[in-house]
Amino acid sequence: MSRWTGPRPSDGSVSGCPDGTDPALRRGRPPLVGIRTVTALLDLKLVFVSGKGGVGKTTVASALALFASQQGKRVLVCEVDAKGDVAGFYEAPPTSFAEREILPGLFAMTMDTEASLREYLKLQLRIPVVGRIGPLAKAFDFVATAAPGVREILTVGKLCYEVRERNYDLVVVDAPASGHIIGQLAAPQAINDLVKVGLIRTQTDWMLEILSDHDATGLIAVCTPEEMPVNETIELADRVREETTVQLSAVVVNRVLPELFGRQEEAVFDALATAGPTQELAKLVGGDPQPVLDAARLAVTMRRTRSTHLERLRQGIDASVPLLYLPYLFTRLHGLRTTRQVAASLGEELGY
Amino acid sequence: MTPARSAKGTTKSSPDTPTRTGSLDGLLSTKEIVIACGPGGVGKTTTAAAAAVMASLSHGGKVLVLTVDPAKRLANALGLEGIGNDERQVPDEAFRAAGLKPRGELWAAMLDTKKSWDALIRRHAPDEQTRDEILANPLYENISGRFVASHDYIAMERLYEIHSEGDYDLIVVDTPPTRNALDFLDAPQRLADFFSSRLLRWLIVPYRSKLVNVATKPFYQVADRILGTQFLADISEFFILFQSMYDGFEERAEAVGRLLSDRRTTFMVVSTLEAVPLREAEFFAKELTARQLDLGAVVLNKVLPAYLRGPEPAKVAEALKDRADELAEAMTPVLSTIDGDLGDPDQIRRVLTEVADSFLNFRVVALRESEEKAHLAAAPEVVATVPFFDTDIYDLSGLVRLGEQIWS
Repeated sequence: MSRWTGPRPSDGSVSGCPDGTDPALRRGRPPLVGIRTVTALLDLKLVFVSGKGGVGKTTVASALALFASQQGKRVLVCEVDAKGDVAGFYEAPPTSFAEREILPGLFAMTMDTEASLREYLKLQLRIPVVGRIGPLAKAFDFVATAAPGVREILTVGKLCYEVRERNYDLVVVDAPASGHIIGQLAAPQAINDLVKVGLIRTQTDWMLEILSDHDATGLIAVCTPEEMPVNETIELADRVREETTVQLSAVVVNRVLPELFGRQEEAVFDALATAGPTQELAKLVGGDPQPVLDAARLAVTMRRTRSTHLERLRQGIDASVPLLYLPYLFTRLHGLRTTRQVAASLGEELGY
Repeated sequence: MTPARSAKGTTKSSPDTPTRTGSLDGLLSTKEIVIACGPGGVGKTTTAAAAAVMASLSHGGKVLVLTVDPAKRLANALGLEGIGNDERQVPDEAFRAAGLKPRGELWAAMLDTKKSWDALIRRHAPDEQTRDEILANPLYENISGRFVASHDYIAMERLYEIHSEGDYDLIVVDTPPTRNALDFLDAPQRLADFFSSRLLRWLIVPYRSKLVNVATKPFYQVADRILGTQFLADISEFFILFQSMYDGFEERAEAVGRLLSDRRTTFMVVSTLEAVPLREAEFFAKELTARQLDLGAVVLNKVLPAYLRGPEPAKVAEALKDRADELAEAMTPVLSTIDGDLGDPDQIRRVLTEVADSFLNFRVVALRESEEKAHLAAAPEVVATVPFFDTDIYDLSGLVRLGEQIWS
C-alpha cells in the first residue's frame, strides 16, 4: 500500500524532490503514511464520512460508495442531513428513505427519522399502522424534541440495523458536519446513560457494540489543506477519541493542488518571470505571457500555504491514522463524471 | 503576501434595482444587527469578523461580533485566544500592532451553549428550588450541552439579550451553516410551540395525577415499552419544571421574531462561487425573502483573479504549450546568460508546459465561477466579491485586507 517514497508535499517546499519529475509527486500525491492498512477501510461495514462544511464530504462519501460498488461490493450510501446532494453526485433522481439501486450494486437513501421510527415500530413492536395508536405519529415530533438524542438514535439505529442484518457489505454515511457528528455518534451512549431499562436500552446495547467494533465501524474525516478545516479536523479527531467509542479510520485530504515545479525548475521559472526573458517570450509567442506567469505564481503560493497546513494536520492527527490525498479537480461542474474521477483517485490511494 | 491580482472589490447594483449602488459601509451604518449566514466553508466567520472590524474602524461606536458556530474559529480569526461566553474587547494594542487606529471599540464573544442555558434557567426560574431541580435533572444536561437544536435556540436568545441591553451600536452575528441557519431562525418559535404542546401535557399527566384515560392509555403503554418508566419520569419531571418558565419562552420567541424582521436587522449571505455552496446560498436568500426578512448583502469569497478569464492570456498559454519545444530552444540562450545552470532546454520546456497547463486548469474554474455569478438570482442592495487571497487570514490586518474588499 505505501507505494510512495519521497517527501510529502507537506514539507512546505520542493526540496526533497530534486527535479520534481516523480510522476506521483507531480500529481500532487504525497506518500502514504500510516500504520493501519488502508485497504481495510473497504472491509468495514459502516463508514461515517464527516468534516467541516464545504470540504467535500458528500463528494468523498459518494466516491467511496461508488468505488466500493465497483469492487463488487453491495453498498448503501445514506445521506443524513437531507440536502439532496448525493443524488446529484450520481445524476440520479432524488433519493428517499426507501433504498433504491441507482448504479449496479450501489443503493442510495435519505435519512428520515420519522420513517425510521415507523420502520422500527413495525419491526420491533409489530405495530403495523402507526395511526391506530392515536397520537403516536404526532407524538414522534414531541418525543424527538423532548428526549434528546431520539433523532440521533433513530438515525444511527437505522444504519446499525442495516449492518446487523447484513443487508449490505458496506454502509457509507454522508454524515453531519464535524460540529454535529459527535452528537450523533455519542447518542447511543448518551441514551444508555439516561435510560436504564426498557426496549431502548436493549437497542442501544447492540448499536454500541457495532459502533465500538473497530473492524466494523469507522469514521472518515474529510479535510482540505486550509487553515480552518485543518483546525477543525484535529479538533474532531480529539473529540471522537474522547467522547465516542468510534474509531477514526482515515483522514481524506481533498483538493490537494498539484506541485508545479521541482527546485531547479522553479529557478528556471523565476528567471523566465524577470523582465528581460518575459519580453523575449512575449515576442516569440506574439502575446503577453505575464498573466500566465502570474497564474503559475499564484498556484505555487497557494500550494505552499496549503503545505504548511498539511504539515500541521499530520502532526495533529495520531500517526496510526492514514491520510489519503485527493487532487484538486479542475472541472466544470460536478456530476457523475466527477464522482467517477474522485472514486478512481480514492481507489489509487487505497492501494487498488 | 501579495493579494491576488484582481484584488479590487467590485460592487454591482442589481439589474432589477438599477438606482441602488449600495455598499456594506452604507448598509451597516444604518443597521444594529447584521446576521451573516450561508453554507459552511465559505469564510462566513472571517467575513463576519472582517465586517465588524471595518465598522469599528470607520463608523466608531461599540461593535460586537458574536459567533454562534460550534467550531471555535473566531478566536483564530481575531488573533484572540479563548474568547469566552462573555463579551470581551479586542485590545487597542492589537489594533496598534496591526498598524490600525480604531475609532470605536471592537468586542467579541463566542457562544457557550451550556453556560448560556444555565444563565437562562437562573433568569427564568420562578424560584430557587425549581432552578436547582432543573439544573440537576439528567435530561437538562443533555438538552443544554449535547444537542444542536438547543444551540440554535440559545443563539437567538443571546442575541436578543445582548441587543436589548443596548450596549452595542452594531452586533454582527455569525451563524451555523445554511440549513441549520434556518433552524436557527425558527428555534425560538419551535421551543415555544413545544412548551404549549398538547402532547407534552399528555405525557406529563400520569405523573401529575394518576388519571390515565382510555384514549391515552395505549400511548403510555407504547412510550413505556420504548423508553422505560424511569426515563419517562425523568422527561416528565423535566418538563413539569420547565413549564413554569413557559410564559417567558413564549414572550421571548415573539420578541426574537420581531427583532429579526425589524428594520434595524439585516442579513448578509456569504458564499463562494463553487456550485454546491452557491446553490445553498441561493436557497437561503430565497428563504429570507419569503420570510420577509431583509437580505442586505451577498458576499462572494475566494473569487479567482479576472485575468484567468481573458481570451488573450488563454491564447498565449495554448501557444506556450503547443510550441514548447521551439520556445524552449529559443529561450535557452536567454536564460543561460542569467545563469549557466538555467540553460537546459528540456527543463525550460517542462516549465513552459507546466505554466501553460496550470493557467488553463485554473481558467476552467474561473470561467465556471464567472458563469455562476452571472446566474446569481439573489439581488440584494450590496453584492461584493472578494479575491482569492493566497495567504490565510488569521489576524486583524488580514481581516482589514478582506474587509476593504467588501466595504465600499
